[in-house]
Amino acid sequence: MDPVFDNLDLFWSGFLQTLGFIAWAAVGSLILGTLIAACRVSPVAPARAFGAAYVTLVRNVPLTVVLFFFAFGIPELGINRSFYFFGICSLIVYTAAFVCEALRSGINSVSAGQAEAARAIGLTFTQSLGQVILPQAFRSTIPPLGSVLIAMVKNSAVVGAFGVSGDLFAVYRGLTGAGGLQAFPVLIGVAVGFLIITIPAGITLAVLERKLAIAR
Amino acid sequence: MRFLRTKATLATLGLALSLAACGGDGDKDDDVAKNTDFAAGTTMAKIADAGKLKVGTKFDQPGFGLVGLSDEPEGFDVEVAKIIAAELGIDEDQIEWTESPSAVREDLIESGDVDLVVATYTINDERKMRITFAGPYYVAGQQLMVKSDNDTITGPEDIKANPDMKVCSVDGSTPAENIKQYLADPKQLVTFDVYDKCAAALGNGQVDIVTTDNVILLGFASKSDGDFKLVGEQFTEEPYGIGIKKGDVEFCEFINDTLKDHADDYVEAWEDTAGEIEGTQTPELPEADTCA
Repeated sequence: MDPVFDNLDLFWSGFLQTLGFIAWAAVGSLILGTLIAACRVSPVAPARAFGAAYVTLVRNVPLTVVLFFFAFGIPELGINRSFYFFGICSLIVYTAAFVCEALRSGINSVSAGQAEAARAIGLTFTQSLGQVILPQAFRSTIPPLGSVLIAMVKNSAVVGAFGVSGDLFAVYRGLTGAGGLQAFPVLIGVAVGFLIITIPAGITLAVLERKLAIAR
Repeated sequence: MRFLRTKATLATLGLALSLAACGGDGDKDDDVAKNTDFAAGTTMAKIADAGKLKVGTKFDQPGFGLVGLSDEPEGFDVEVAKIIAAELGIDEDQIEWTESPSAVREDLIESGDVDLVVATYTINDERKMRITFAGPYYVAGQQLMVKSDNDTITGPEDIKANPDMKVCSVDGSTPAENIKQYLADPKQLVTFDVYDKCAAALGNGQVDIVTTDNVILLGFASKSDGDFKLVGEQFTEEPYGIGIKKGDVEFCEFINDTLKDHADDYVEAWEDTAGEIEGTQTPELPEADTCA
């Protein structure tokens, strides 16, 4: 494991890069996913159609295609931003579709009586969704949302192939390519880097689930 | 009648194909060494006995090692491997090609999955710790490629002066490491997994410069219909070597002698492959390093 310990500083900077990246993507995809879930259950037909179209389109396209679209398609339209920015955007767009569906399953699990009661006391759709239904939906959706976010963390390894340099996976390619180090121990180092992010995330989610679970 | 005609067509076709096959192999077969006799226990003897040579090369490097629609790798590296194979008494059909991307080349050699690696493989000290290099058989040099209308960049020194410009190279490659000293800010370096993507990013303006070995850049520039051009001089020397198992001095010397003895084949190999790219010069075989 010398290749790993000799290059801990590189691994550390790669780790921070990956961490920053997925923090943005996690926040962004939770927000966008929630908005799209709201569209999918809204009483407005065009909004529902948009939500359904978004999920169908994005969920069924591989992440690499989404990344390709952002990295090479959008600049073609004359919009030039950094690949780091494009990488975060594509992770958000991709993950939001899954967040939306996880959340929708939670919304479906909230009993119809809750929505009816909210309407009965005069709340608008936005109010009843935001104050009554979504808070309950989130609480019952923590395990599937956790899986979605952990999958997102792992998906972020692909982003390095689309112009983002310095992340954990780029460290692997640097050390084994020009550095001539053995691939196996370096890959173990990369795997450990990801585990350091995903395992505590899983534990946090489990704690949250215990704290917030609704007894029915 | 129709049956007969079909049969005749097929027969003609078959004949044509077999003739073509003969034409392709005929002249090469003569070069394959007959009655090879190697000292027992050497790598050469083992390979000659096995009757096949396992070669690692790149499958995505135009001019050097590229697998196109024909499913067979083509390029200068491939031809160099064929010269070595012929001297070992191995027909080119008996060569087993393995794709060897930069990250796993040393691993492939150490595990014995390949007998040798010819894959735009720059000789450097880190790599020498794990494997032995025969050669060099070619000396490339790193250069810059920009869009044709870019007059700001004339050499690597100009990159520091233009910190808003982005340079593209392949992640983990020697050129990506080399260019770092010319950057004003590490964020100027953009890396992809293959050079194709760098060229695409240069085309749509996401990056301003692509850097790697001149021969690879020339390939892209000649394909770009005048959109891209090379600027400045070569600012590094990248001697390409042939990777073999660490410490196999006999095999290393055998490869060096083979290349030296086949100067004509060497020139021919270049002219049929990388030499076809506009702007390349036929190299002279460099003086081989001492095998160790």
